[in-house]
Amino acid sequence: MSEGIGARVKRKEDKRFITGKGKYTDDIRMENQAYAAFVRSPHAHARVLGIDTSAAEAMEGVVAVLNGQQLTGDGIGNIICGWAITSKDGSPMNMGAWSALATEKVRYVGDAVAVVIADSQSQARLAAEAVEVEYEELPVLVSTRDALADGAAQIHDNAPGNLIYDWEIGDAAATDAALAGSAHVTEMEITNNRLSPNPMEPRSAVAIYDEAEEHYTLYTTSQNPHVARLVLSAFYNVAPEHKLRVIAPDVGGGFGSKIYIYPEEITCLWASMKTGRSVKWTSDRSEAFLTDAHGRDHVSTAKMGFDANGRITGFKVDTIANFGAYMSLFSSAVPTYLYATLLSGQYNISNIHCNVRAVYTNTVPVDAYRGAGRPEACYLIERMMETAAREMGKDPAELRRANFITQFPHETPVIMTYDAGDFGGNLDKAMAAADVAGFAARKAEAAARGKLRGLGYSAYIEACGIAPSQAVGSLGAGVGLWESAEVRVNPVGTVEILTGSHSHGQGHETTFAQIVADRFGIPIDNVQVVHGDTDKVQFGMGTYGSRSGAVGMSAIVKAMDKVEAKVKKIAAHTLEASEDDIVIEGGAVKVAGTDKQMLWHEVGLAAYTAHNLPDGMEPGLKEGAFYDPVNFTFPAGVYIAEVEVDPETGVTKIVQFTAADDFGTIINPMIVEGQVHGGIAQGVGQAMLENVSYDADGQLLTGSYMDYCMPRADDLPSYTLEHNTTVCPNNPLGIKGCGEAGAIGSPPAVINAITDAIGTNDLQMPATPQAVWRAIQAAKSPMAAE
Amino acid sequence: MYPTTYHKPETLETAVAMLQGSEEGKIIAGGHTLLPTMKNHLAAPTDVVDIRGIAALHGISDDSGTLVIGATTTHAEVAGSAVVAAACPALACLAAGIGDPAVRHAGTIGGSLANNDPAADYPAAVLALGATIVTNQREIAADEFFDGMFATTLEESEIITAVRFPACEAAGYSKFPNPASRYAMVGVFVAKTNGGVRVAVTGAGEDGVFRHDGLEAALSASFSPEAVDGVPVSPDGLLTDLHGDATYRANLVKVMAKRAVLASA
Repeated sequence: MSEGIGARVKRKEDKRFITGKGKYTDDIRMENQAYAAFVRSPHAHARVLGIDTSAAEAMEGVVAVLNGQQLTGDGIGNIICGWAITSKDGSPMNMGAWSALATEKVRYVGDAVAVVIADSQSQARLAAEAVEVEYEELPVLVSTRDALADGAAQIHDNAPGNLIYDWEIGDAAATDAALAGSAHVTEMEITNNRLSPNPMEPRSAVAIYDEAEEHYTLYTTSQNPHVARLVLSAFYNVAPEHKLRVIAPDVGGGFGSKIYIYPEEITCLWASMKTGRSVKWTSDRSEAFLTDAHGRDHVSTAKMGFDANGRITGFKVDTIANFGAYMSLFSSAVPTYLYATLLSGQYNISNIHCNVRAVYTNTVPVDAYRGAGRPEACYLIERMMETAAREMGKDPAELRRANFITQFPHETPVIMTYDAGDFGGNLDKAMAAADVAGFAARKAEAAARGKLRGLGYSAYIEACGIAPSQAVGSLGAGVGLWESAEVRVNPVGTVEILTGSHSHGQGHETTFAQIVADRFGIPIDNVQVVHGDTDKVQFGMGTYGSRSGAVGMSAIVKAMDKVEAKVKKIAAHTLEASEDDIVIEGGAVKVAGTDKQMLWHEVGLAAYTAHNLPDGMEPGLKEGAFYDPVNFTFPAGVYIAEVEVDPETGVTKIVQFTAADDFGTIINPMIVEGQVHGGIAQGVGQAMLENVSYDADGQLLTGSYMDYCMPRADDLPSYTLEHNTTVCPNNPLGIKGCGEAGAIGSPPAVINAITDAIGTNDLQMPATPQAVWRAIQAAKSPMAAE
Repeated sequence: MYPTTYHKPETLETAVAMLQGSEEGKIIAGGHTLLPTMKNHLAAPTDVVDIRGIAALHGISDDSGTLVIGATTTHAEVAGSAVVAAACPALACLAAGIGDPAVRHAGTIGGSLANNDPAADYPAAVLALGATIVTNQREIAADEFFDGMFATTLEESEIITAVRFPACEAAGYSKFPNPASRYAMVGVFVAKTNGGVRVAVTGAGEDGVFRHDGLEAALSASFSPEAVDGVPVSPDGLLTDLHGDATYRANLVKVMAKRAVLASA
């Protein structure tokens, strides 16, 4: 059976994962290991008047109690946001200082003010409780909506009125004019609820300082260890890059939350130097809820205009995005270049304008979470389309179809150039698989059982394969977003792939081996994928934004091109043939049309013995490459949700969920389906279950699974998945990416289905039983909603 | 977790002595409430006395029509018991719906009652069925046992030994689980007993489990789902939290009462 591109082979890495043999950061144990426990603010907003560490220092096992004054005194730099956004008046964004350990003020519940290093975790935690911090409480601001109001608590001195930036894209005047001339305008106020990422493995760090070498090693739960090293070195002054090794071993999920470099990793590295001990910190689940970067949290108003034929004339959006207490690493890019640039959706819209105001509040920092900006855009567009169809009495599928972009490349008014797609084909496939034609009968049958059945669509598009370096650089990114790879063919013909991508559940060890198997005709078991260690891999930008296939694998292909060229030269020389006649197939390097051949491993051996290489050729068979994409990639698809609502309780069951995706070339369908399944689970979580909630004092109400509702298996249906493939014309394998689609496409499909069932468009996420029941009551009698 | 001393006595008398001899002792059985609380540094007992080694506290029997369940009997044992299924299938069904399998194989009926979590399932059954809580000191009628959220009329060092459920003609339980925790947001247990129809509501009350007079009157007149329709359920005194406010809970009390009657058939 083929193990190459398109083969449904089982994951190589799963043996160690399902037998409990994975090696995660918390599994690392050093001989002189001490443990860190952080002293965290119980207040959402307060001045730190004093820290008394004397009681804690006297406790058993305590090695040191360190604070922010010492940290900044040692030159450790503030935490940065790596993407500069310019406000529409030309002013730079207002970034408030964020020290790994707070010095003067704390700005959210959980903000770290000191750290205890002790011989055991238990001793460290007990001593952390004994650190006495004197606070002067300040007024608290929690609500996104209230952040810009007069009299709101002021969080950072250099962000007056809590405004980080006031940014826009598109043509405001043209969009206003288009809306004014429209036959119909749909208006909605839409909230995108705040989510906690909840990877299965909590964050962890083990920092090891070697005094003799003045060298640091950091094991950490990172999606991008090289970026972590770069930032820790260049901005936080922890150590020069060549004196800092960052290793992200097995990592149990990230969903974006492990892109960033958090206060804890910085503090552990510094504390290791201060104490001469290896320092370990592993978050528990409560700490994860309190400190992992959250996702989403937008409040938007939107207007979409249509002409008399149902063609979209203009789309105008005003969004407030909550960044929490500090600007996290990529926070600024999320509601701008990852959000507003996707507001054209799959539709031909001539006039779009979006204004985004980013604000501070006394909550956990908000940054990219699976989809990052694109779910917010998709949710907005797709709820508007469905609502508009209902208001205009049009079929929601046909309203979409009438507005679909059909010619490619297509330039949108919000700076994206879509390269390929078959939006009508996606819709056809989804509708056929979902048996939309039979829906009316199913609805009637459900009604006979007292249930309200509804069907909702979502036509999503996302920009993935992040990202062309020059383009993102011109938009304010502090880094280039290429990827690198090295292909090492060993003397025995086995292959090592060194990649800057990082797998934290994506199955790279399998998928990346498959493209090597496909090219060189060797079994995937003869391919080892090496990643996650800055001492092993040359460099890399890591894994997020569905980029490992489109960008990471493209770099591997470029390196394989170089290997193949050298292999052909060696074979041509050995077999006394022309390079042009050499082909690689079935594990052999052959002269086409003859029986002359070298086995694959014989070429490897020839390259390393170097007894008979072409004149001037260097020995060895190892090539590296950097790949910088020329454009984003544009996965797209149509999702259809079908739900049944119990009107007595508001309980909603998703009875059918159909996804028709266009991911371009698919390397391993099983892994891709797994990505879609997981993405939809998170999307359904956002739509119906998950919501981070703070009270007015900034206390986190959803601080455990008792109150934060994670999707469980019985909350989810069996999915029907379809693929409709148009290859991406801009990368060598034709890959678009699949990691985020499920989380992007599913929330509007679910909410559109529920609102179809209950007959009102007035419903925000999450559509909990109570929210759905209330919407039903409000629709029955408008007064009852008050 | 703060340091603590663990004891596992084999007799009630030793257990009581250990509790009385400790600075701040706590009884532990399944530990599904106490241990998480201790892990979160919210409780710091100096001693924990595990009563699961006391044979007399464990087991299920039929005592001339009265169902007797030992305090340390797990939810899984109640759910799977033929004796319970014969005497009161609704009780087996309730036990089968508590938490998840791990909880059901460790959590105990005595622990659930002594803790009196306002969202626990067992208090509804005990109150609706008019059960008697037997302790090492006395017998307490269900109506006299529950004393507000996380509070009971148990004295210091008083240990529940068993629960006695009188025979009932019909009973049903219907629970609306909290979407996050899966505890009862509203759970209604209806029972037709010698003492008349009794309806107990858990999960919803500001003071924990309570009986609902209106529902009892209506179901006494006609033990049918339709009888519930005309009963007003006031949101006064009901809980409001992240997952449901008092109005929504009041609605759920009616819906669950109806479904409990249906389930009793």
